[in-house]
Amino acid sequence: MNVQGVKSIYRFEMARWGRTLWQSLVTPVITTALYFLVFGSAIGSRMSDMAGIPFGSFIVPGLILLSVLTQALMNASFGIFFPKFTGTIYEILSAPLSPIETVTAYVGAAATKAVILALVTLATATLFVDVWVTHPLLMVLFLIAISIGFCLMGFAIGIWAKNFEQLQVIPLLVVTPLTFLGGVFYSVNAIGEPWRTVTLLNPILYLVAGYRWTFFGVSDVPVWASIAVMAAAILLPLAAIVWVFRTGYRLKS
Amino acid sequence: MSDAIVRIEGLRKAYANGVEALKGVDLDIRKGEILALLGPNGAGKTTLINIVCGIVTATGGQVLVDGKNWLQDFRSARTRIGLVPQELTTDAFESVWATVSFSRGLFGKPRDDAKVEEILKRLTLWDKRKSEMRELSGGMKRRVMIAKALAHEPDILFLDEPTAGVDVELRRDMWELVRKLRADGTTIILTTHYIEEAEEMADRVGVIRKGELVALGDKKGLMAQLGQRTLKITLDDPISEVPSGLSEWGVALEDEGHTLCYRFDSHAEQTGIPQLMRRLDELHLGWKDLATHQSSLEDIFVSLVHEERAA
Repeated sequence: MNVQGVKSIYRFEMARWGRTLWQSLVTPVITTALYFLVFGSAIGSRMSDMAGIPFGSFIVPGLILLSVLTQALMNASFGIFFPKFTGTIYEILSAPLSPIETVTAYVGAAATKAVILALVTLATATLFVDVWVTHPLLMVLFLIAISIGFCLMGFAIGIWAKNFEQLQVIPLLVVTPLTFLGGVFYSVNAIGEPWRTVTLLNPILYLVAGYRWTFFGVSDVPVWASIAVMAAAILLPLAAIVWVFRTGYRLKS
Repeated sequence: MSDAIVRIEGLRKAYANGVEALKGVDLDIRKGEILALLGPNGAGKTTLINIVCGIVTATGGQVLVDGKNWLQDFRSARTRIGLVPQELTTDAFESVWATVSFSRGLFGKPRDDAKVEEILKRLTLWDKRKSEMRELSGGMKRRVMIAKALAHEPDILFLDEPTAGVDVELRRDMWELVRKLRADGTTIILTTHYIEEAEEMADRVGVIRKGELVALGDKKGLMAQLGQRTLKITLDDPISEVPSGLSEWGVALEDEGHTLCYRFDSHAEQTGIPQLMRRLDELHLGWKDLATHQSSLEDIFVSLVHEERAA
């Protein structure tokens, strides 16, 4: 086990994040804080409660996830895409690192960033709206699991992408809309058919609902369904990555 | 051979686009030697190195590093190998110190500032340790690439075109460095276009052409084996054309008719020289000087590449 090697990549990735803190932490926190300000403090009081929760509080977990999912994908995909793009990947490929170690280092660093981002965003939210966490331990565990899942997905995208456009397509064109429509701003029970059924087909709904459950103890969907989607979000990209390392797909010629 | 530190057996590579980059290369690299791999562009030199270093997947064959398969025992193989690739690929925003320390850790070695300092000083990079990579000149970047490859103290070093695009002074420095590394016991494999480099540095030379190792030997042996000698006869009086009586030797006329050139194989049983000299007498061609000349690696290389074109 090459612990030094894993630590080296992990530190390298965290240092890269440190250099771009404005872009990778401050900007998403400010953007999300604007939602809290507008939908929470400004017009939240005029909105009716959602599932018995004041609207300003209701949107907090979903908005944190929106930011986490996007940043997790972007950060993890960029982390492996950029060495491929510049050619410095030669060193990673020639190092005495197993695939598991390489993935642990890259995904571990990206997931750490995502969790920090979520906690900073949550702290910021408390400045604007009332937030309480009913299951603090599960809140953190769910957050870590979701972050790892989307960082694995990002890592797979980073290997697959051949250019910067492909790198952006999935986070911006798939995940952001799905998250917006995944019950961040409303309870799925508050909308009529057929949109209710359509919304229930959106996997991100289950992540948002499950994560909100750890805050307020109420959910639109069964908690076990949320956990199942979380497990799938980890296992599917992991399977893709295992296949990549077995075949060398877009990593080795 | 028992002293092979790297043994390459039947190594083949066919790329997805159908290009056959390596067609079954066998090569033993001896402990402590400098082996130069010569070959034109696209001959397969870089593919060979990249397969050994784990960057390209082989289609067939295997590599043994100190007797162990390089995929099954990838950790021990890779810990012992350092690679300086041909392209200058660096992390633009990293400092010299950070990027060299990173390489050391990546290859599993614990942090050792004294060691990194020693490597940077050796490559005259110490003054630049705080500079970001993007601020460095091409030559300096090349030195950093070497420092990165040496950071984990490998005993086998692959240098892929180490002096491509490097000025004369830096090239001399590189040669000096490579000699010092060899003196410390490092085995060095370098690829090059420059015959001069191989002739100057290498203990043994391999020539790769179209994915095949077409010649391999110690530098002197290779020159003796493949080298032709040329006999130059300076005539008393210039002649306008080669007399028909000399046709069986295939001599050429040079230097505006002043010199006859005869190429011969120094290892052949009959060089044909005594007969040629007698014939000159019979033809009453007077001469005042004789000189023979051994062909250089460059000549050998050119003739090997020409063989390819003729083939």
